[in-house]
Amino acid sequence: MTATAQSPAPTNISTRPPVIDCDVHNVVPAVSVLFPYLPDHWREHITNTLFKGPVDSAYPRKAPTTARPGSIPPDKKPAGSSLAHLRSDHLDPMNVETAILSCTYEVESLHNPDAAVALARAVNDWQIAEWLDQDSRLRASIVVPSQIPHLAAQEIDRVGDHPGFVQVFLPVRSQHMYGTRLYHPMWEAITRHDLVAAISFGGAPGVPPTPSGWPSYYFEEYAGMAQVFQSQLVNIVAEGVFDQFPTARVALLEAGFTWLPAFMWRLDKEWRNLRRLVPWVKRPPAAYIKEHVRFTIQPLDAPPDPRHLLQVIDQIGSDDLLLYASDYPHLHDADPDQLLFPDLSPTLAQKIRTENARAFYRL
Amino acid sequence: MVATAPETTAKAAPAFTPTREPTKDALAKAHAPPALIDCDLHNELHGDVQALLPYVSQRWRDHVETFGARGPAGSYYPRFMDHRQDARPPSGKRAGSDLSYTRSHYLDPYNVAYGILIPLNPAPRQLNHELGAALATACNDWQVAEWLDQEPRLRASIAVPNEAPDLAVQEIHRRAKDKRFVQVQFSGRPQEPMGRRKYWPIYEACEEYGLKVMSHAFGSYGNPITGAGWGSYYLEDHVGPAQAMQANIISLVAEGVYDRFPNLKIVSVENGLGWFASLMWRLDASWRLLKAEVPHLQKKPSDYVRDHLYATTQPMEEPPKPAQFFELLDQLGSFVDHVLFASDYPHWDADQPDDAFPVRLSDELVKKIYFENASKLYGLT
Repeated sequence: MTATAQSPAPTNISTRPPVIDCDVHNVVPAVSVLFPYLPDHWREHITNTLFKGPVDSAYPRKAPTTARPGSIPPDKKPAGSSLAHLRSDHLDPMNVETAILSCTYEVESLHNPDAAVALARAVNDWQIAEWLDQDSRLRASIVVPSQIPHLAAQEIDRVGDHPGFVQVFLPVRSQHMYGTRLYHPMWEAITRHDLVAAISFGGAPGVPPTPSGWPSYYFEEYAGMAQVFQSQLVNIVAEGVFDQFPTARVALLEAGFTWLPAFMWRLDKEWRNLRRLVPWVKRPPAAYIKEHVRFTIQPLDAPPDPRHLLQVIDQIGSDDLLLYASDYPHLHDADPDQLLFPDLSPTLAQKIRTENARAFYRL
Repeated sequence: MVATAPETTAKAAPAFTPTREPTKDALAKAHAPPALIDCDLHNELHGDVQALLPYVSQRWRDHVETFGARGPAGSYYPRFMDHRQDARPPSGKRAGSDLSYTRSHYLDPYNVAYGILIPLNPAPRQLNHELGAALATACNDWQVAEWLDQEPRLRASIAVPNEAPDLAVQEIHRRAKDKRFVQVQFSGRPQEPMGRRKYWPIYEACEEYGLKVMSHAFGSYGNPITGAGWGSYYLEDHVGPAQAMQANIISLVAEGVYDRFPNLKIVSVENGLGWFASLMWRLDASWRLLKAEVPHLQKKPSDYVRDHLYATTQPMEEPPKPAQFFELLDQLGSFVDHVLFASDYPHWDADQPDDAFPVRLSDELVKKIYFENASKLYGLT
């Protein structure tokens, strides 16, 4: 398997089936681009203190995974920071019908709650003015101060009815788990505005990313992020989020999905044995996951034997769960056009490319 | 192409019926079931730390009586229930703490050729490392006197204060001559990922003596039990070892521990089995992208996992369709030679040896999993 070559084949776009791309990153290149959207107080504070905004990122700027070849815009600013370049490098050649933007601006890393709120508001206004208003193919994710759930809810209430926002961006790494009672005001706001909770790779909450503390290498954080997604999912089901908020929808972005079948087997077994601890969870957890949760297809984490990938897709037990995603501008190991779609029935391929997302996001 | 899987074909977990006696079939076959090696047999401390006090000095007895045995406060999830009710000995002692009852209730009827003891003991979680070391030594003395010297079918795990590697190494040196100790016991959620250099002296000592390193599920040394904070329920604590062990395996691979200690073997106990295949796929995919950061690795990550990791069976995976269990075995490939039977006797979620799999395995695989794989790993014949 080789890394996905980018700058897709010179364009005969009509030959590519259209896709709804559920994970495209729009990047804040520097805090200064947010100045037009910040109050005077914060502009002055940032200028005087040389504060750079949140800089702890789950995407080291020059790591091979962060910027695929060709994704750096002509102005040499970070990959994903230019809409014009996103259009010419990705949206047009890949025949993207709709792209859902995930802005990973790490306001959750700021311990100062006022700074987190101000920057979240500024990012969302920047997304409206400089992305959503500029290209009708785009939808976006609301950036929230996720470390303070009631303030996150306030930001959701502020912009949640804008038709361009289809989801709330929640980094999978958090100080407190998203199913806990602390977060129920946020789930109320998310469901009140009929938005998706997009739990996404990364986060900089200050607590370690493993149950055994801090690993040494980015490689470990990257590979190990799947386990953090798994833990959040257990907590959300166990705390009864889907029972209390029956319209809640959750998308896991960049979580991988080949772990899902064995994970659901284990979780269902635990529920059969321990359900008296969580009596509000009326059905096996896998049933909740299949109804409420969707998974983007990158990273594919493809097994060396293609049969095993098909086994996994069959074991998931539903055709509705997988959503096409490029994760642009991030680089991945496997190209679904080579390793996934050729082996699927045309119906399932089309569901993954467009129809599952169309139904889930109500596009 | 994907049909909704019926949820009904799954077998009930043995844990549904914690009160049952050994089945009639098991008793009928008791004269000649095939010999097995159980890689997770618990010797319980009746009265917890109190059981070890006869084995510590007056200085530490006084300390424990006055200040207690203190671990990180707030890291414990009360268990669903105490151990299997049917495993409670007539003596009134705690299930698993009375060797004569473990013999007659479990070792004899199931023809256990070897049972590898795993004492869930207070040494690894002590904030006071000196006390942790004293309790580890006491625990091992207790194992020798009350278990190993009394029953030739038993082998044991060396209790160590794994957060104080210098003290842990002293204890390993103290025990290594006694070949009935076959491995060193790690907490399931140590303070740092298991590959970090803090723990290398322990691995060096294990390699010197040919001891395995065994990580048993659960525990906490103060870190939240997930990568995103504390879960709410024991259910989450009980699912969580799968995530913790995966993080530890990723760390052991990434840090190059297996290149540094090429004969080191790590046994994952009670952490599950179903996730090994997807973890290897993801590790290899991540490494192909990020190998520049870990140039010291000599092989692809899955090669290290297949060569150095072993996993026990309980709690066994129970997919909704039996065919999916065979797909799981197919995905594991050569790793089935590293799968070891474990009962977890006498805990509430223990697997009975005659009822441990959701499908009927081939005779060849039964031989490997119940005996041969552990026999080769531990040199037990």
